[in-house]
Amino acid sequence: MITKRIIPCLDVKDGRVVKGTNFLNLADVSSPVKLAQFYTENGADELVFYDITASSDGRKLFTDILVETASKVFIPLTVGGGINTVEDFDRVLKCGADKVSVNSGAIKNPNLVSAAAQKYGNQCVVLSADIKRVDGSFRVFAKGGRENTGMEAISWIKKCVNNGAGEVVVNSIDTDGVKQGFDIEMLKAVCDAVNVPVIASGGAGSKQDFVDLFKAIPDIDAGLAASVFHFGEIKIPDLKKELDKNDIIVRL
Amino acid sequence: MIAIIDYGVGNLFSLCSSLKIIGEDAVITSDENVIKSADKLILPGVGAFGDAMEKLSESGLDKVISGKDIMGICLGMQLLFEKSFEYGEHKGLGLIKGNVVPIEDYIPNNLKIPHIGWNALHFKNNSKIYKYINENDCVYFVHSFYAADCDESVTATAEYGKELTASVQKGNVYGCQFHPEKSGNVGLKILKAFCEKEEK
Repeated sequence: MITKRIIPCLDVKDGRVVKGTNFLNLADVSSPVKLAQFYTENGADELVFYDITASSDGRKLFTDILVETASKVFIPLTVGGGINTVEDFDRVLKCGADKVSVNSGAIKNPNLVSAAAQKYGNQCVVLSADIKRVDGSFRVFAKGGRENTGMEAISWIKKCVNNGAGEVVVNSIDTDGVKQGFDIEMLKAVCDAVNVPVIASGGAGSKQDFVDLFKAIPDIDAGLAASVFHFGEIKIPDLKKELDKNDIIVRL
Repeated sequence: MIAIIDYGVGNLFSLCSSLKIIGEDAVITSDENVIKSADKLILPGVGAFGDAMEKLSESGLDKVISGKDIMGICLGMQLLFEKSFEYGEHKGLGLIKGNVVPIEDYIPNNLKIPHIGWNALHFKNNSKIYKYINENDCVYFVHSFYAADCDESVTATAEYGKELTASVQKGNVYGCQFHPEKSGNVGLKILKAFCEKEEK
């Protein structure tokens, strides 16, 4: 059977990985290429590069890094951040990305998902949604979680999947950064609504949180995290062993 | 020299890089003469079957590829078969007997389409491309259609509700449904085994 995927996410600004990393055995802890290689050799099933650069200079640096990474790392590479047009898809795919994740871009431009899916195929288009509970219902937030769009999250995700999004990353703003576990309730609601892979993001603090995630929602496909991996609080090979011990199918 | 056939479909950057990292002299080309002088060929491909087959025919490259060691990857593998039923009915290269059909009609309906992610290889027939890897090693798949009616050529399957064709071989024609260039070290070992010169 298909294995559950473990995905580290690297935020890249001006060519460096930000949010900090703490690998004792890496000389250059903020080099995206070095980190990508490290993760690939240590059990990551996929990598997400998130471009948080605002300037065009930074954007050029980002694509240079993408090219270098893709020439050295041979696992699937997803790129997000600043994807607003089909041309943005083209720019990162040419540099070696396999999938492109859209967030605010899909909110601003309702045709982006379908246009990109038609051109590059559904498997290439990942919808990333930042979701927060507001008055008891799930709402979509834009601009890195700062702006409430007022849209109901489940129907938004369904609409994007119907338009051709081939995967969905669900980032719970409510559990993000708290390190008390993934947002099982929110993720289950999304999994029940769509028939494409769903990737859980936000809240991982321990190996047990991943075990709980995959046990509680057998339909979930992957768990994504950033700082717990970067700071070595969770080592992916240990995490995979723990999942395997709990009868969760992983690539060892 | 390994020629990666460029007929305007898909992103060949990773594939070319993966061959270079295992020490192969790889070129991305649509030049008939380069393809003719290559030791081995790789036929890549993503997207829709009909469109890809049309582009391959337009380029005239479909006529150049027979006779050499060739590996089709993902859609490139599907093109090796006789027919595909992806959005209509399309004729393939016909180098291997079989048809390309939707996964959807075959597997239990609670499973997601496409079949995407890492899945274990189950060997069926001995193939030299697996000489450096082990049964149950995982490779990376992304596809919504699979090769059927090709039992005698199947060299490995992957289990997704049912057994799906993961790779095929007929003589010097090889096909991988998965992406070796995205399958980490296991994938690189598969490419290395394919690219190696046979000892005479």
